[in-house]
Amino acid sequence: MKDKIQSLQTQFAADSKNVDDRMAIQELKTKYIGKKGLITELMSSLKDMDKEDKKTYGQLINQVRTEFVTVIDEKEKSLAQAELDRKLQEETIDVSLPGEKIKRGSLHPFNRIIEDVEDFFVSMGYDVVDGPELETDENCFQRLNVPLGHPARDAQDTFYIDEEYLLRTQTSAVQARTMQENKEKTPIRMICPGKVYRRDDDATHSHQFGQVEGLVVDKDISLADLKGTLELFAKKMLGENTKVRFRPSFFPFTEPSVEVDVSCFKCGGKGCTLCKQTGWIELLGAGMVHPNVLSMGGYDPKVWSGFAFGTGLDRLAMFRYAIPDIRYLYTNDVRFLEQFARKDEENVIK
Amino acid sequence: MLLSRKFVSDYVDIDVDTKTLAEDMTGIGNEYDSCGKLLPVSNLVIGKVVDCIAHPDSDHLHVCQVDIGQETLQIVCGAPNVRAGLKVIVALNGAVLPGGIIKKSIIRGQESNGMLCSMAELGLEHKFLTEKDVAGIQELPDDAPVGQDPIAYLQLDDEVIDFELTSNRGDLLSILGMAYEIGALYQKPVKEIDTTFAETKDDIKKSFTLDVQTDKCPLFLVKKVTNVTIKESPDFIKNRLIASGIRPINNVVDISNYVMLETGQPLHYYDADRLGDRLIVRMAADEEVLTTLDHQERSLTDQDIVIATLDGAVGLAGVMGGLTTEIEEDTKNIIIEAAIFDSTTIRKTSKKVLRSEASNRFEKGIDPKRTYLALLRSCYLLEKYADATIVGGMVEHKNMPIEDKVIPITVEKINQILGITLSKEEILTIFDRLAFTYKEQDNTLLVTVPTRRTDISIAEDLIEEVGRIYGIDKIVGKPMILPVKPGYVNKDKRYIRHKLADLGLNETLSYALISDKDVYQFTDQQFKPIKVLDPMSEERNTLRYSLLTSLLSIYRYNRARGQKDIRLFEIGKGFYALGDRYYEETKLSILMSGQYWTGLMSQKIDFYILKGILEELLDSLGFQQRYSFVAKAHPDLHPGQSASISINNQIIGFIGKIHPAVEKEDVYVAELSLDKLLAMRVKGMQYKEISKYPAISKDVAFVVDRSITSEMLEKTIKKAGGHLLTSIRLFDLYEGEHIAADKKSLAYSLTFQDMKRTLNEEEVMTIFDKIIHSVTTTYQADLRDK
Repeated sequence: MKDKIQSLQTQFAADSKNVDDRMAIQELKTKYIGKKGLITELMSSLKDMDKEDKKTYGQLINQVRTEFVTVIDEKEKSLAQAELDRKLQEETIDVSLPGEKIKRGSLHPFNRIIEDVEDFFVSMGYDVVDGPELETDENCFQRLNVPLGHPARDAQDTFYIDEEYLLRTQTSAVQARTMQENKEKTPIRMICPGKVYRRDDDATHSHQFGQVEGLVVDKDISLADLKGTLELFAKKMLGENTKVRFRPSFFPFTEPSVEVDVSCFKCGGKGCTLCKQTGWIELLGAGMVHPNVLSMGGYDPKVWSGFAFGTGLDRLAMFRYAIPDIRYLYTNDVRFLEQFARKDEENVIK
Repeated sequence: MLLSRKFVSDYVDIDVDTKTLAEDMTGIGNEYDSCGKLLPVSNLVIGKVVDCIAHPDSDHLHVCQVDIGQETLQIVCGAPNVRAGLKVIVALNGAVLPGGIIKKSIIRGQESNGMLCSMAELGLEHKFLTEKDVAGIQELPDDAPVGQDPIAYLQLDDEVIDFELTSNRGDLLSILGMAYEIGALYQKPVKEIDTTFAETKDDIKKSFTLDVQTDKCPLFLVKKVTNVTIKESPDFIKNRLIASGIRPINNVVDISNYVMLETGQPLHYYDADRLGDRLIVRMAADEEVLTTLDHQERSLTDQDIVIATLDGAVGLAGVMGGLTTEIEEDTKNIIIEAAIFDSTTIRKTSKKVLRSEASNRFEKGIDPKRTYLALLRSCYLLEKYADATIVGGMVEHKNMPIEDKVIPITVEKINQILGITLSKEEILTIFDRLAFTYKEQDNTLLVTVPTRRTDISIAEDLIEEVGRIYGIDKIVGKPMILPVKPGYVNKDKRYIRHKLADLGLNETLSYALISDKDVYQFTDQQFKPIKVLDPMSEERNTLRYSLLTSLLSIYRYNRARGQKDIRLFEIGKGFYALGDRYYEETKLSILMSGQYWTGLMSQKIDFYILKGILEELLDSLGFQQRYSFVAKAHPDLHPGQSASISINNQIIGFIGKIHPAVEKEDVYVAELSLDKLLAMRVKGMQYKEISKYPAISKDVAFVVDRSITSEMLEKTIKKAGGHLLTSIRLFDLYEGEHIAADKKSLAYSLTFQDMKRTLNEEEVMTIFDKIIHSVTTTYQADLRDK
C-alpha cells in the first residue's frame, strides 16, 4: 500500500509539473481528487484491510489528498493572477490623451471686475443697486447740484435723447435715485456698477464705458471714513501694498471733493511709464456728499452726512489684465475673449 | 491757464523752483499739465559779427567771424540779413534748440562752430512770430552785451506752468487769484496793485449815455481816455502776454489783455470816435446780424446779449467785439467797458459762436470788485504806456450786491467732516493764510470770505478750504464703524453668465448705440426707436432693441479674421419707445456657429445644441417642465427652424437659425427677456423621498407623421401613464429608408415606480398597453417593431 501511495505521489508530481491552463488543471482535479479520481479509488481499496491499517493508510491518503488540493489551489490562484495581469495589460490606456470635456467659455473682464467690486462691498454691508441707463437730466445732473447751464456740464459731453432724457454720463445718477426712493430716509450704504455714455472716443476713452458709484449716508461720516474705505478697496483691487493719496478737487455733488490716487502697482511707486514717472495713478473721484444733494434727496444735511465715490471699471479691468487699449474690451475678438476662461486669483486683504 | 512765473512774481514772492511750485499747487487742488521754460533752449550767447564774407562755394551762404566775448568763432550762416557789425544770438556747439542739438560741422568745405539764430528757431510758438522773425536771424540792438545770455537780455527767461483748473475756480484765471493761492500756500502776503493816475476835470457822465435793457448784465462800467498813442508794447507786456498764450498786437489792445490776465476781468475797448456817445446793452433780436472782430458775420438770437448803439449791435457781449468799433492804428480816443454778464447766457452763446479767453472767464464767474479794479488798472497802464489822458468820472450801471460773504462755522463741524482734530488756533491760521477775516461769536466762527472767491458760499466750502491748506492727504484713513448688516446683491445674472461660460460660450461686451438702419433686425415689434440728438456718427445714432444686432456684427468681425467656431453671449439692455415713454429691458442673447467641442470630439452646431443649452440653463434656474419651444416664424430667422420660448404661456424669447438671406453661414441665435424670466417665481429646492422599491423600465418606439412633435407625444404618454410613470426619456429619433418618407420614429424609455411597494410586471404592462393605445389612437401612430 505504501508503495502505491508513493507511486501516486510521484505520478501526481509528474502530471502536475507542467500544468498551466484552466483545462489541464480541471483534468488534474478530476484525475486525482475527483469523485471518481485516484485518491477515491485508493481509499476504496482500503475497505478489505484490518482496522489498524485502515486507520493508518486512511490518514496517509487523506494527507496526500490535502497535499494535492493545496498544489491544485495554488495552480488555480496563480493562473487567475496571470489572467488578470494579462487583462489589465490589455486595458492599459494613454492617460495623456485629452479628457472628454466641454470646451470652456469665458467671462468678460469688464464683468469679472464688477463681480469683484460687488463682492468686496457686499462683504462690508453695502447693497448693490441697479439704475436705468436712459436717465433724466434731473437725476443725472440737477439733483447732483449741476443745474442747467452749469460749467461742470462741459466736462461730460452728453448724448441727449430729448430735452428731458439722456444716456447717463455717470453712475452718480443712481445716488439721486437711491436717496429719493428711500422713503423712510434710513441710512444708505450702496454701490452701483454699470454702463455710462459720453461723446468721446479715442485710445483712452470709449463713448460707452463702465463706472461704479458708491454712496454712504449716515450720521457722523467723515473724510477719514472715506479714506479708510478706499484704502481697503484699493488693496483689494490692486494689491496688499497699495497706498492711497487724497488731492483736493472739485465735483459739484461733493464738498469737500477729492481726487484719489493709488500708488502705482506696476512699479511700486518708483515711477514707470504706466504712472508717467509719478509713482501714482489717478483712480477715483470722491468726496463728502454736498448738502444740496442731501437736501434734494430728502435727507436733512444738519442730521445726515455721507460720502460718495466713483471710479472707472474699464481702467480697473485694463490694470488687472494688462490690457493696453480700452477698445479691446469692446471689439470682442474671440481670441481676446477666450483668454479670460479661468478663475481669477483671489486677492485676500488682511 | 498758463501761469507766467515772472508775471505772478509781481504780486507774490516765490522762494521755490517752478517745478516745486507746480507740485505744491497740485497738492492743494490745482493740477498742472506741464511746466517748464518759456523757451526750451540752452547754451546761447550774444555775439557780434565782426567779419562776413560770401561763402566761396555757395551763392547764399556767408562765412562769419563772430565775437562772443572770450573768443571769436567761425560760423557759416545762410540768413539773408547777416552782415558785419550785427549783434546776434549765437547757439554754441552743444546748444539744445527745439530743432536739435548744434554740432561743429563742415559746410561745403568751411568749418562752422555754431549757429546764428532767428526767433523762430528758439521755439517761440508760430502764432507769436512776425514775418521778420521767420525770414532772417534776430537782429539785437547795438547795445546788446556781447557774451551775455540773449534770452535773459530779451526778458524771455520766463518759466510757465500750464494748469488744468477745476471749473469752480474761476478766480484762478487771473494773476491776482494765483497770487492769493500761492500766498496761502507759502504764507506770503499779496502785494498791492497800482491804479494811480491823473484825471481831467470833465465828467464822462455828462457826455455819455449807458442804457442797460436786460437783467443779464448786472454790472456795467464805462470810462473814457483820450489822445492815446498806438505803438508797440514794452517788452515786459509783450513777453508776459506771450508766456500767457496771447499774441501781442499793439500797446492798447495788449493792455486790455494784460489787465484781463491780471484781474480776471475781461475788458472791451471801443474806438470812441467810431462808437459815438451811447451804449445800449440788450438781448439781440432774432436773426440780428453782427460782424465780429474776426470778420465773421454772425447771426444772433434773442438768447444772446449784445452791446449796441442806436444803429445796431457793436459787440457780442462777453464773447467778441464787433468790427466797426475796433481799435485801429489811427485810434485816438477810447471807451473802456468793464462789465459782468450772466454766466449761463455767455456759456450758451460762446458754445455756439466761439470759446474765447473772455467768455471762459465770464462763464466761470467774475468778482465785481475786480470789475472796478480792472477799469482803473486799465487807465493806469494806458496813461503810462499809451500816453492816454483819462477823462474824469465813470458811467456805472450796478444791479447787484457787492458784499463779502459771512459764513458761520464751528471747529467741531470742521473736525467732524474732515475726520481730524485741529485746534481753533490751527484753523484760524489757515483762514489767515487764505486772507479771510473772521470774528468769534460764542462757539461759532464768523468767517468773511472775499468776493474774489466766487466758489465759496456754504460751510462745507470753508471746510474744504481748511482741508486743502492743512493738507487733505494728511487725513488718516480709519475703519468706518457702522451697524452690522448684510449687503445685498442679486446674483441671478451672475449665475446665468457663469453657467453659459461653463457650457462653452464666450461673454461679449458690446455698444448699445447702433445704426438706425439695423434697429428693427430680429424683431417685428411695433415700437419707436430711440435716437440720440447729436450722434458721433451715423453708425451709432440709435439705441439697440435687440442685442443680436451687436452679436451678429461681432460674429462677422471674427469670421473675417478666420475664426469659425464662434459661441457668444451677452447680457445687456435693449431700448424702445412706446407713445411718449421710454423702456429698457434686460436681455440675454446667444449666438453660435461652427463646431461645439467636447474634448477630441466636435459636433456641428445646430438648432438642438443651442436648444439644449437653453434647456440646461432653464432647468438649472428651476424651470424644469415649465417651458415650451413652439415652432414660430420670426423676422430674420429661418421659417422652418425657429421657435418661440414660453414659460407658463408667456413668451419670454425666441430661438432659431439666422435666415440665409441675412447670413449665408449656419448661425444660430436665441434671445430671452431676463426681466420677464427672472420676474417669474421658482419654488425653493426641497428634498423628495426616494422610493425604496425597484423601478421597471419599458421601451417603445412610435412611427408617426413628421408633423407630430415629440412634445405632443410626451404629453399624451404622461397623461395615460398616471402617477406610476415616473420618467419619460426620448432615446432615439429616426427618419430614413426603413420607414415611409413622411413618417418618423420616436423611441422612448419609460420608467414605472411606486413609493410604497414593488410593482408587478402585470400591472406595469396594463399601464404600458394603455399608453400605447392612447398614442396610437390619438396620432394614428404605429409601433415600430411590429
